Amino acid sequence: MSTLPDSHGRFGPYGGRYVPETLMPALLELEEEYAKAKKDRRFQKELAYYLKQYVGRPTSLYRADRLSKRLGGAKIYLKREDLCHTGAHKINNAIGQVLLALRMKKPRIIAETGAGQHGVATATAAAMFGLQCEIYMGTEDMQRQALNVYRMRLLGAIVTGVDAGSRTLKDAISEAMRDWTTNVRTTHYILGSVLGAHPYPMMIRDFQAIIGREARRQILAAEGKLPDYLVACVGGGSNSIGLFFPFLRDKKVKMVGVEAGGLGIASGKHAARFSGGKPGVLQGTMTYLLQDDNGQINLTHSVSAGLDYAAVGPEHSLYHDQGRVEYTYATDDEAMSAFDVLAHEEGIVPALESAHAIAQVVKLAPKLKKSQIVIVNLSGRGDKDVQQVARMRGVTL
Amino acid sequence: MSDKRRRSNGCGISDQDPSPITHHPSQDKNRLDATFKQLGAKGEKALIAYLMAGDPGLAETEQLVLAMEQAGADIIELGVPFSDPIADGPVIQQAAERALRNGTSLRQILVSVKSLRQRTEIPIVLMVYYNSMYALGIEAFCKAAQAAGVDGLIVPDMPPDEAGPLKGPAAAAGLRLVFLLAPTSTPARRTYVAKESQGFLYYVSLTGITGAKIQNMAEVGQNVEKIRKVTKTPVAVGFGVSTPDDAVKVATMADGVIVGSAIVKQIAAHQQKPDMVAIVGAFVGSLKQAIRQASTSRQPNA
Repeated sequence: MSTLPDSHGRFGPYGGRYVPETLMPALLELEEEYAKAKKDRRFQKELAYYLKQYVGRPTSLYRADRLSKRLGGAKIYLKREDLCHTGAHKINNAIGQVLLALRMKKPRIIAETGAGQHGVATATAAAMFGLQCEIYMGTEDMQRQALNVYRMRLLGAIVTGVDAGSRTLKDAISEAMRDWTTNVRTTHYILGSVLGAHPYPMMIRDFQAIIGREARRQILAAEGKLPDYLVACVGGGSNSIGLFFPFLRDKKVKMVGVEAGGLGIASGKHAARFSGGKPGVLQGTMTYLLQDDNGQINLTHSVSAGLDYAAVGPEHSLYHDQGRVEYTYATDDEAMSAFDVLAHEEGIVPALESAHAIAQVVKLAPKLKKSQIVIVNLSGRGDKDVQQVARMRGVTL
Repeated sequence: MSDKRRRSNGCGISDQDPSPITHHPSQDKNRLDATFKQLGAKGEKALIAYLMAGDPGLAETEQLVLAMEQAGADIIELGVPFSDPIADGPVIQQAAERALRNGTSLRQILVSVKSLRQRTEIPIVLMVYYNSMYALGIEAFCKAAQAAGVDGLIVPDMPPDEAGPLKGPAAAAGLRLVFLLAPTSTPARRTYVAKESQGFLYYVSLTGITGAKIQNMAEVGQNVEKIRKVTKTPVAVGFGVSTPDDAVKVATMADGVIVGSAIVKQIAAHQQKPDMVAIVGAFVGSLKQAIRQASTSRQPNA
């Protein structure tokens, strides 16, 4: 499994490089540079240094006793990516890619962001290394994640609103790709999830796989055995693939990816690609997409900006078809109530994205034995969502 | 969509149709190839006029195609609207949004091409994003495009590296696959893409998206010369050609001049006017006139 993708960037039938010719040389350069960096001990040492001293890794694997007790089944562990600097796993990838941009001598960084976590992580890494930074964000997302917009600006980034289409993550990615097409000679595009054209899905998976490598070591130390289940939310799918990847060969470890069920599948207002989508090509890659009969991309909906996207990482599409990972969804309401459960039981306010994973644990854990272990990736913290949740509940702050 | 509707959609796309594609080399006369040959013999350069199908409506698109031909366009590049056009600037994005809002689909566009084919033999090339073709099924789409009278395909998000599954069905349907080269293309890619491109080669004049401005005309000329060294396929230049003046400059360098956003802008600006078709026709005429002058003035030196 670790040999995926193949040399054409394919995960089975998925992935590839569906981009305008203008970008092909940049993608080939990036692929080559990444291959060199991967083997370069100095690069790896530098990356490890920043992940430890700046990001705060390893993040803890916390045994959530009160949550386990309340659900009355499996023993639940939280992989605490919310404790990373900037509050989510996104920084793991941002640091890796900024180091690559420095190797390629690109002085300018661009990125897209949905919930704002990747934008904040990128603005942070760019600031630390003194690079120019511009972040594209849908205007709908700018409204619901206003706090993160201001954080990015505090960090010295330019935040550019995208007012096209659904005015969310998908449109921000298109605009970032257009910027990259125009400024490719001086600019590196830090894509935030395991999406887009090869080598992005592979490279970002590799940068995020530290989550699973740590979790594997930590659970073996704590329990002396591997977990029965891994659970993570899936927007583009970087936190989930990061957790899952190092366990793929452990056949007994079951994996569940949780998509955004929005207002329910029947309503059409959701982002559950594996419950309503079919394969197609969007923004550089072949993967499952929410689309109509004519191949036009559907508008999506989720309470969580980070999961509100019509496509999913191509590697997930393969694991879906193979049945290696089970993909399910949690609705907005389920995620909102899981948000409360975790806050009340464990004193942790999760990101609304991560609350989808918690919602699945709420359903799954009671069906399991007390001896069984579930690791759930707490991909981010919920500070950024506090205002939105208050607003949705009619509370004026 | 029900099977019944699929069968009666008028453009021949049916998932039920199992008949294999048969290739008849004798029928392989392509309007695109013929046009470049004829123009080449006259020492004239091709004007390739782009418009977004369904903007403002398909009935207008048909009228516009005929008016453009009348005004001197040699080849029509017909845009297929897509919800997420990553290679396009705001002018063409907005045209796609207008076309999609009034329900334009690839199936209907093929019906329009078929209807146009009763009135014109002008080469028609579709500019279509990969997912629009893929959703109909690559093979079914190619057969339907052939049946409608399409001559070639430009797929802006499909470099030749990803064209494998399209090559066989396109060749069997007599469709030319036009690929693009950009200022960023390396010598290795120039050779590779030039070898793969059929009908003509689309040189993107700038590092950017459609509708931007050409910054360095001299660089365009140099790159076209480099391309000519590796292929005999005609080279057309597009992205950023917006005025008769630009068209003249490009015509002295290349075999074809592609004008897109500038035409789409005219269509957008005059949509509400009864003489929109005539206004756009006149604009296209001014482009062709400029190109003709460039061709004849260059002839003695050629």
